[in-house]
Amino acid sequence: MRDRTFAPSRILIYLIVLLIAAAWLAPLAVVVLNSLRTNEEIAQGSMIGWPQHLAWSNYAAAWSGFCVAETCAGIQPYMLNSALVTIPATVFSTLLGAVAGYAVSLWRFRGDSWIYGIVTLGIFLPQQMRLLPWTIVLRDTGLMNTLTGLVVIHTIQGLSFTTLFCRNYYVAIPQELIRAARIDGAGFFRIFWRIILPLSPPILVVTVIWQFTHIWNEFLYGVTFTTGQQQPVTAALIALSAAVADIPQHGVQSAAVMIAALPTLLIYLIGGKYFVRGLTAGAVK
Amino acid sequence: MTALSIRALSKRYANLEVLKGIDLDIESGEFTVLVGPSGCGKSTLLNIVAGLDRASAGTVEIGGRVVNDVPPKDRDIAMVFQSYALYPSMTVRQNITFGMECRHVPKAEQEKAVANVAKLLQIEPLLGRKPSQLSGGQRQRVAMGRALVRDPLLFLFDEPLSNLDAKLRVEMRMEIKRLHQRIGATIIYVTHDQIEAMTMATRIAVMHRGVVQQFADPDTVYRYPANLFVARFMGSPPMNTMPARLEADSSGLVAVIGAGRPDEVRLHLQGYDAAASYVGREVVLGIRPECIAEGDRAFAGATGAPVVVTAPVEMVEPTGAETIVLLRLGGEPAQARISPDVRPAPGELAPFALDTRRICLFDPETERLIA
Repeated sequence: MRDRTFAPSRILIYLIVLLIAAAWLAPLAVVVLNSLRTNEEIAQGSMIGWPQHLAWSNYAAAWSGFCVAETCAGIQPYMLNSALVTIPATVFSTLLGAVAGYAVSLWRFRGDSWIYGIVTLGIFLPQQMRLLPWTIVLRDTGLMNTLTGLVVIHTIQGLSFTTLFCRNYYVAIPQELIRAARIDGAGFFRIFWRIILPLSPPILVVTVIWQFTHIWNEFLYGVTFTTGQQQPVTAALIALSAAVADIPQHGVQSAAVMIAALPTLLIYLIGGKYFVRGLTAGAVK
Repeated sequence: MTALSIRALSKRYANLEVLKGIDLDIESGEFTVLVGPSGCGKSTLLNIVAGLDRASAGTVEIGGRVVNDVPPKDRDIAMVFQSYALYPSMTVRQNITFGMECRHVPKAEQEKAVANVAKLLQIEPLLGRKPSQLSGGQRQRVAMGRALVRDPLLFLFDEPLSNLDAKLRVEMRMEIKRLHQRIGATIIYVTHDQIEAMTMATRIAVMHRGVVQQFADPDTVYRYPANLFVARFMGSPPMNTMPARLEADSSGLVAVIGAGRPDEVRLHLQGYDAAASYVGREVVLGIRPECIAEGDRAFAGATGAPVVVTAPVEMVEPTGAETIVLLRLGGEPAQARISPDVRPAPGELAPFALDTRRICLFDPETERLIA
């Protein structure tokens, strides 16, 4: 055992792993460090450096004091916007995806594989391609520049992934379960609610993490379809850096980025182990 | 009363005809076993009766009512599945009451029904457990409990014992039979295991290639198989079948195996008048292994001189309870079941007693039973 641990190949592997980790974590390190340095400190030195003393004030300013697009309430209202878009869109797309995945996996009907194929095709369509159709839809439904509009977009677009996830999980459930329930007198939704949903937590956790992270981090739709007070935090961060273009405020900007990234980090830290477990569920019996 | 009546039922998937014009009438209280090799259409037939699959043509009547367009839940049936299909997230109690819950049966009534069934199947201590905490045999009982609690017109069993180990399978087989005798339910039971069919059924429907080959009580199916398929499928080891020539002499019909050979076997047949028109022609002679025994065996109820032939022994398989001997009758291979303590030597000649009363004759063209 001891020999193996210190074998040269082992050391090489660890070196490579550490190198890759460092490359991935370097930007995060810069942001974390800058978020704790004062503006003067950054201006005097460079973007890269240790904080001389911890400047927590950046966080307070980023949260509630800083001016974005002519209002000086920090990124707090935009965080709320993001939450108001992400939470409902995650819940709706997950639930709809679960029902859709259940329908295409356990209720065979004419054309089911076609419908499944078309739904999951959405995964492969580039986001930019969908901008124009969504513009028309939002304009015609009067949802342009509203959080509801973003909820609709993310719910519908999320269906491709959530249906895929849930369907692949549900195909492992034996058909006989559905047959037994049908003879017992249960219908489509009762079987879903009483039998399928209680079996679903592993895949629902995966789907929720995936959807939450994607919708929270989404930028293109946020910046395209909303302006001013309606923007999610990802779009507002850009407005924030634009507003301070003449006097760089790297400390506050870094703190804002950290705050904006916090929810997805928390979700991952809480649910991460389920995520890895869920993605491989069914792969090995 | 006719519990189930199937008329001219057929089922095709694209180009494949799985069921070809099935007609069956099952009386109330009968234990009917659908038996056949895999792919014979028996499970498809059961699923159509259950309403889980649709027939391409024909009608299904349950309790005198045509149910072709009636959904499974309204057919007054209950089903036990091969995989048991217990709802994994529910306790045993919830599994049993789920059907009543779907039908809005009052709580008090549900409790009473569960208590009855749990007592009947002796699963009271398991009611609070989840299916994952049960053994195979216990799951089997719960699956039956779920069916029994409904008190339906028709019970459908789809290979319910095939996931159990051999010992448990025999136990559950007896238990299901006992249950049937006790509650007098009408049961349709699908299996590929001919022993299950023989031991449990009041009537057996032997299926092959989407057709019911024979529908009769177990003794008839075993003693008078309607055709060569049934003869070879039912029984283990299967019935010996071999070409023979039918002749007539002063004492009546004679079946000659290996006619013209020095070791030809001539068997005088009594009571085979239906085969008279085959005299001078080839037939297929069938004789069950237990009708070939050691030379000094006297078969039950036999009168007159025993028929004993001397035949070469090829192989001997002692099983403990009996000895299976592979021998040649007029050059044709045949298996015999002889007493366990008799061990003829391979390669030598040995005397064998034949029970010629139980011989079956088949038409070589149609493969149907002649007599």
